Amino acid sequence: MPACPTRSGNDGVKAQRRLSTEWVTSDPETAMKAKVYVTLKPSVLDPQGKAIKHSVQLLGFESVSDIRQGKYFEVAMNNGVTKEKARDAATQLAREVLSNPIIEDFRVEIEE
Amino acid sequence: MKFGVIVFPGSNCDHDAYHVISKHVGQPVDFIWHRETDLSAYDAVIIPGGFSYGDYLRAGALARFSPVMNSVKEFAAQGNLVLGICNGFQILCEAGLLPGALIRNRDLHFICDYVNVRVENTDTPFTHELKLGSVLRMPIAHAEGNYVCDDTTLAELRREGRIIFRYCEPNGEITEAANPNGARDNIAGICNRERNVMGLMPHPERACEDLLGSSDGRDVFRSLAGTLAAAA
Repeated sequence: MPACPTRSGNDGVKAQRRLSTEWVTSDPETAMKAKVYVTLKPSVLDPQGKAIKHSVQLLGFESVSDIRQGKYFEVAMNNGVTKEKARDAATQLAREVLSNPIIEDFRVEIEE
Repeated sequence: MKFGVIVFPGSNCDHDAYHVISKHVGQPVDFIWHRETDLSAYDAVIIPGGFSYGDYLRAGALARFSPVMNSVKEFAAQGNLVLGICNGFQILCEAGLLPGALIRNRDLHFICDYVNVRVENTDTPFTHELKLGSVLRMPIAHAEGNYVCDDTTLAELRREGRIIFRYCEPNGEITEAANPNGARDNIAGICNRERNVMGLMPHPERACEDLLGSSDGRDVFRSLAGTLAAAA
């Protein structure tokens, strides 16, 4: 697997990374988590969702009217990160990396 | 006149592009590893096809964060020529150098086939050697070639003559049946407002020798080289 790319051109992400050195590495058991949901905008055709819906209907799920496929990310935060900071970081991450605003919407939830 | 072909982890048409520039255009060309940042030695840069970063997250999404892409942005802002082919087109869209996005093909298949595209604008550095309205036969090989953009962007692309290639029938007629991937308005290739950055899904670099089934792509590179020669 290729190494993680350097986001050298992105001041926002760089600032986040600088801040992160001040924090203690988190314990995954107790870490605060950001959950990021990325979905295609309603106006964008979702061929995968359509194919899944077709199969589901063949299976006889008559109550299902539509399926849209999206992506889900779990982002663990370092210890000491406040809820507000976690939300800001995850929102920025979702906007700049995890989603493409031209075709996708995103939603962020923080789990303490 | 010097060309650079950018290589990301997962690029796989880099050698094809290199071959065409060195053998058919007959100009010096270098591979540029994606961690490089100095493009000052080059007059034109090609972002080749392939599966940069395994197409993880979205096609072209992670390549956008490679160090070389900041340099490509500056390079383009200075008016230099940038050509993105297939994955290169996807990367240019993700990087915001071209508008819109490329999503999963309408019928979900990975399509590896020849298509016909009609030349919609010859007043660009990449197409001036082509004939307006002529039909080029070139291969495509992609799963995410379905071009999408909003109505405002489409109107702007049309108004400014920035739609360069559209999927068509062999006789040049634009039909839904000739659209392999569901791309909006049968769009196969576009350029930026300044016309120095172009992206397209078909592979002109794989259509430069009759032995390979078509040499229709040659004139794209001939145009590029002609533009650079005229500027020199």
